[in-house]
Amino acid sequence: MIELLRRLGRGGIGFFQRLGRAHLFLARVLWGLGELYPRPGLVVAQLWSLGVLSLLIILVSGLFVGMVLGLQGYNTLVDFGAEESLGVLVALSLVRELGPVVSALLFAGRAGSALTAEIGLMKATEQLAGMEMMAVDPLRRVVGPRFLAGWLSLPLLAAIFSAMGVLGGYFVGVGLLGVDDGAFWSQMQSKVDLRDDVVNGVIKTIVFGFVVTWIAVFEGYDCVPTSEGVGRATTRTVVHSALAVLALDFVLTALMFNEG
Amino acid sequence: MTTRKKKKAANPHPPPPADDALVVIRGLRFSRGPRVIFDGVDLTISRGRVTAIMGPSGSGKTTLLKLIGGQLRPDAGTIKVDGEDVHRLSRDGLYALRRRMGMLFQSGALLTDLDVFENVAYPLREHTGLPEAIIRDIVLMKLEAVGLRGARHLAARELSGGMARRVALARAIALDPMMIMYDEPFTGQDPISLATLAKLVRELNDIIGLTSVVVSHDVAETAAIADYVYVLSGGRVVGKGTPATLARTRSRWVRQFMDGLPDGPVPFHYPAGDYVEDLMTGEEG
Repeated sequence: MIELLRRLGRGGIGFFQRLGRAHLFLARVLWGLGELYPRPGLVVAQLWSLGVLSLLIILVSGLFVGMVLGLQGYNTLVDFGAEESLGVLVALSLVRELGPVVSALLFAGRAGSALTAEIGLMKATEQLAGMEMMAVDPLRRVVGPRFLAGWLSLPLLAAIFSAMGVLGGYFVGVGLLGVDDGAFWSQMQSKVDLRDDVVNGVIKTIVFGFVVTWIAVFEGYDCVPTSEGVGRATTRTVVHSALAVLALDFVLTALMFNEG
Repeated sequence: MTTRKKKKAANPHPPPPADDALVVIRGLRFSRGPRVIFDGVDLTISRGRVTAIMGPSGSGKTTLLKLIGGQLRPDAGTIKVDGEDVHRLSRDGLYALRRRMGMLFQSGALLTDLDVFENVAYPLREHTGLPEAIIRDIVLMKLEAVGLRGARHLAARELSGGMARRVALARAIALDPMMIMYDEPFTGQDPISLATLAKLVRELNDIIGLTSVVVSHDVAETAAIADYVYVLSGGRVVGKGTPATLARTRSRWVRQFMDGLPDGPVPFHYPAGDYVEDLMTGEEG
């Protein structure tokens, strides 16, 4: 019994120590972001690696998610004779929920895991220690540009995801199932509110981008510098990011769209 | 030794007197959890000389370099480099000091997304506002010094272990530091690479006027290039002196290490309970 309590206590202390380290780490990274201003090339390179190279998975996933929404939405709406509202259903689903959440999950799997593995391997091969001994702060030169690029990339990727989703829904609804073209677009235009729907969706992606990238760079920087340690850190990035995104989505949705 | 003496006699820049200390370590204590790595270590590294820190694996040699470089903090004691207490410096002060120190990691620690040229240019780009033409000239000079000017376009992953360490050495001297710390520079090298690295350590020290700290457990190679040797074991300095002095010492600690004896003050067996009892109980763990 005492051993069990001891283990619980040790686990609890370890958890809070790690949480503290993660916040100190974040504070140091944010503090150093100002130094990137004269060297935009460092961020641009990471925008390419994290953002542009994630485009394919975002484009394809967005298209298919939109097509499925179009199909499912039509099958339900047609029972009520409301298939002209398909555009609204597809657009609101994507802009409010699916765009930010699915993009964030895909981003965590594709770019977040790559970030953790890259930084973790740099630690394991003493590249970070080598930079420190050259009087170069790896938090400012390695972590900072990646953090900023990841944070900026996700809102853009989510916007592209939603746009592709709308096109996918249009293709299925209007192209294949015969929904009226004008009704699809006009209802979408009249029912989707810029502030309540689009801006709130963008705020979600900004929050998700911040959290997912923070988890990814911290897990890499804090990992045990062995091949097993890097592997575990990469897994943790995907799992913790997914849980954080889903939990935060609930909180943000409750705050933004609660009309009760 | 005769050859060494001849070499030193031919050196136009003889090393300064041994009492001109660059690194002074006093009362150093450092632990990792319950394990004591250093228990009151005193050590002095003289300017302009090659000082070797030797000892068996796990004796804390690499840890000592990390303490000198300010990457680790001691539990007690002081480490002064060029008169500055490393662990009392601000972050900016520590980074300013590190710009005057080079370190060669065992793995080379080259940045794998850069080629050889860019790796050597990296500290120059980070810390100087020099024009590109001058950076190019400096990089080529440093690469020429380690014999790898022709390899400047190779990617870091294309280098052999010995070449990677030579590139890392060129990078370490890019900013013309006052001292270089070498972490196990000879480990895992073939005889040609080993001889090349040993020659580079000695010649760079004498020609550029560096101070070199070589951490190693390769006795013969290190003793051949060192001016002074410290032997660490069990968290303490168990022997010190010139290679010739240590070759004659009767200390059992030093003898075991220098002669490569499997058992002695450093036991062959990791501490364990009674052997027969262990076999008879049949319990796991």
